[in-house]
Amino acid sequence: MKGMKNVFASRWGIIGVGIFIGILAPLLQKWGNPGNMGICVACFERDIAGALGFHRAAVVQYIRPEIIGFVLGALAAAYLFKEFRPRLGSAPIVRFVLGMFAMIGALVFLGCPWRAALRLSGGDGNAILGLLGLIAGIWIGTFFLKSGYNLGRTKETHVTAGWMLPLIMLGLLVLMLIYPHVQGQDKNGVLFYSLKGPGAMHAPLLVSLIVGLVVGFFAQRSRFCTMGAIRDLVLFRQTHLLGGFIALIVAAFITNIVVGQFHPGFANQPVAHTLHVWNFAGMALAGLAFCFAGGCPGRQLFMAGEGDGDAAVFVLGMIVGAAIAHNFGLASSPNGLGPHGVAAVVVGFAVCLFIGFTMRKRIA
Amino acid sequence: MSKIVDARGLSCPQPVLMTLDEIKAGEAAELEVLVDTDTSKENVSRAAGSRGWTVTNVREEGDGYAVIIKKG
Repeated sequence: MKGMKNVFASRWGIIGVGIFIGILAPLLQKWGNPGNMGICVACFERDIAGALGFHRAAVVQYIRPEIIGFVLGALAAAYLFKEFRPRLGSAPIVRFVLGMFAMIGALVFLGCPWRAALRLSGGDGNAILGLLGLIAGIWIGTFFLKSGYNLGRTKETHVTAGWMLPLIMLGLLVLMLIYPHVQGQDKNGVLFYSLKGPGAMHAPLLVSLIVGLVVGFFAQRSRFCTMGAIRDLVLFRQTHLLGGFIALIVAAFITNIVVGQFHPGFANQPVAHTLHVWNFAGMALAGLAFCFAGGCPGRQLFMAGEGDGDAAVFVLGMIVGAAIAHNFGLASSPNGLGPHGVAAVVVGFAVCLFIGFTMRKRIA
Repeated sequence: MSKIVDARGLSCPQPVLMTLDEIKAGEAAELEVLVDTDTSKENVSRAAGSRGWTVTNVREEGDGYAVIIKKG
């Protein structure tokens, strides 16, 4: 199907995909996922880290089939449309570090850009601070992009390399099937399961997996990216990707009203805190890291499904970052900041700015 | 003779930034932008269109594409 016009890359294509995700995400919440967390790439990767025992925060441990579906759905789309291109080598270790700090920033806010949008559409006013922070972080990133920041060229690689993250995801799915959750038990075989908290709230496995696959498929076709939405507006005054992001927010807002999940306010929002400065700063850090890595956490999963090994390394960086965030007490909770959350944001900005200032070599 | 912009191996937004830099430089009336992903091909075409340039041809080249864009 190469050469066929990609309708999803048109304006209405990306808006359609945004609407599609905006309807499905609140429904996932209705079907069991945590509050304003129908889909949250950061939270779900954090839950995966917990299920594997990388961190022992008992309330956030579950292999999220949505994440598996995102990668495998994108993989299927990439193969079907002959866009699977195994590639690797654009500063992978830097992308790993960016992934770590993107996750740490997101966990100070309590959500990735996807969840920031879903929190807003569910009435959580704190998400406004998060989205403003996201814009600020990306805005800072565009100055570096304009002055030549880049991570260098990728190289074509073995098909096997492109398959690594999809295979890891398949492996996680197999583990889930071998060691399913047993009612009342916090562990089965090698996998940890939350008995309470957000990790214990999930839609049925098959539902989550199918929604993940379908979203992954269409997001790969449309290049849906929440970071790119803001970056392209700031950098090029282009509103193409923004159309998809706004469509997601509007569709999720309407869906939330229809299913009775819209509860406006700042206090007592699900899995959220009201520390405005740190909602802003955490997401600003995440936004800067996503901008430097060339995609929001969802887009990184979709690119990994297309065979982009660098995006796969970013994903692994996020999973490790989640483990660090919980082990070191960097992640926030509804009670407020983690004991070392502030230090983590400061260190994260220092690291990102160091990367931004020092990786500006002109491309030959 | 068109000027060649080699954006192969670079991920977004680099191919678009390089193309827009050349458009702004105003030296060439035709550019041949080399990219290696469909996403970059779409993004470069879209960016060129937004600056009033026209995509005159997209050629499959090697593992990627050569996107030919023209002023006006």
